[in-house]
Amino acid sequence: MTREAVLNSAVLMGLFIFPLWAWVVDEPFLITLATKTVILALAGVGLNIALGMGGLVSLGHAAFFGIGGYAMGVLASHAQSYDPILQSPILIEGTRSMPIIWLVAILTSGLAALAIGALSLRTSGVYFIMITLAFGQMLFFFAISWPAYGGEDGLSIYVRSEFPGLNTLDPIQFYAIAYVILAGVLLFAFRLRQSPFGLALNAARQSASRVMTVGMSPYRLQLVAFTLSGMITGLAGALFADLNRFVSPTMFSWQTSGEIMVFIIIGGVGRLFGPVIGAVLFVILEHVLGGISDYWLIYLGVLLLFIVLFARGGVIGTLVGRQASHD
Amino acid sequence: MTDPVLQTIGLNKSFGALKACQDVTLDLRQGEVHALIGPNGAGKSTLIQQIAGGLRPDTGRVMLAGEDVTGLGTAARAQRGLARTFQISALAMEDTVLQNAMLGALGVGKSPYRFLRPVFADNDLIDIAIAALERVGLASSAATRAGELSHGQRRQLEVAIALTLAPKAFVMDEPMAGLGASGSKSMTTLLAGLRAEAPILLVEHDMDAVFALADRISVLVYGQIIATGTVNDIRRDPDVRSAYLGDTA
Repeated sequence: MTREAVLNSAVLMGLFIFPLWAWVVDEPFLITLATKTVILALAGVGLNIALGMGGLVSLGHAAFFGIGGYAMGVLASHAQSYDPILQSPILIEGTRSMPIIWLVAILTSGLAALAIGALSLRTSGVYFIMITLAFGQMLFFFAISWPAYGGEDGLSIYVRSEFPGLNTLDPIQFYAIAYVILAGVLLFAFRLRQSPFGLALNAARQSASRVMTVGMSPYRLQLVAFTLSGMITGLAGALFADLNRFVSPTMFSWQTSGEIMVFIIIGGVGRLFGPVIGAVLFVILEHVLGGISDYWLIYLGVLLLFIVLFARGGVIGTLVGRQASHD
Repeated sequence: MTDPVLQTIGLNKSFGALKACQDVTLDLRQGEVHALIGPNGAGKSTLIQQIAGGLRPDTGRVMLAGEDVTGLGTAARAQRGLARTFQISALAMEDTVLQNAMLGALGVGKSPYRFLRPVFADNDLIDIAIAALERVGLASSAATRAGELSHGQRRQLEVAIALTLAPKAFVMDEPMAGLGASGSKSMTTLLAGLRAEAPILLVEHDMDAVFALADRISVLVYGQIIATGTVNDIRRDPDVRSAYLGDTA
């Protein structure tokens, strides 16, 4: 086992043991904190497919996080008011079922990523960053000005959605759901890296002309990666909304995009567990420093500066060295 | 005479007032090495780009195996059997030699849109890649990162990737560039063996290599082909001597 694999297993174990311990000592708040961590990590794993593998610096992933969140919010709010979403030509009712909500979140954010990606990927570099940011902001202002679903105030959901056979309002059970999803998506991301698609996408990041001269379209490879990436971040958004039982336009804000990117930079760009470690550190810092000062983001900024200047491989790169990133 | 494998018909390309390519008609026949020479700024790169698909000509056509590919992009031309190597190596430098070599078979024969099975479980892909690496003498470096290869080895890897496409025609942009005398010699031997597989359109500054390899030579000056012929024809051609060889030889 490589050192990176040891570190990854330790993180996965830690995320398994910590909430169990919190459950035993009856600290539901810590379980909720762990759940938040896992969900944010999931959003990061999504972005990391575009950013780490594809080299696509998207500053608009809040769009997919928000779409996932609103997919949950809209479906659940209609379920709680017994008011169908659509009556004609076909009847579409709201739902409280998590699997259905997840499916809708994945499909809608995937479609959005396909559309946004199809336009944004015609540019590259700074223009790509700017255009993805612009799409994110468009959705942000759209959510603010959409009174049917709370507008600026957001949308409260009174009861958490349901999962067959589980009591989702029990923090440890909801945590288990999020944890299993994260583990499953990490497995998917792991296999994706080693797949033919992973090889081609990786090469497209390094040399677009190489990929073209062997008969592949970098645009198409990147579009598929961007769409997969958006789907995963969308799923994370739906879980995040269910965790808070609240959705608001903040989910769409560019700060959200920035935070997701910060997880990846802290943990290590292109590393399988980069966003996971980044999210863990982010939540710990937010909790610890946030208790000391309202201006805790200053300290985060210093940390980020330090990592970018002195530890380019992030936490993982510092701990295990730079070599093992693409094996 | 059989139909040419690759053909340009009356290519014109201007950048503003600069005519980079004027009525260029040339063909590449089965089994030959056709060298394209010319002084710096003669428009060789512009011509190569139009043939490979990176630039659209203003007028004229590019034919590959009898098919008009003028409207197609680089990837589509590669899929139809046009294998191009670059003057400045375009490789995935963080990836291993083997991973680079697998790209060719992935783009042309097999689909890259497979997401869950490891690429290293695909034995066909590995066989094609290893065979090409053996051909250029890089098989022992298969696990080395492309970024760690010497300049000469990168050139060999470029050729290996081109081979994995099982191409109908090679278009090689200065494969000898930056190679030492011995590197240039072994590359010449390698290319001489390739022409049986597919003909080579060779853009090259190294005159020893050109004279050793070429069956025919075309001379490009100011975007125009001023002469096409065998090595001896070109050596004797007075226009060529004054325009090009006279300066160096």
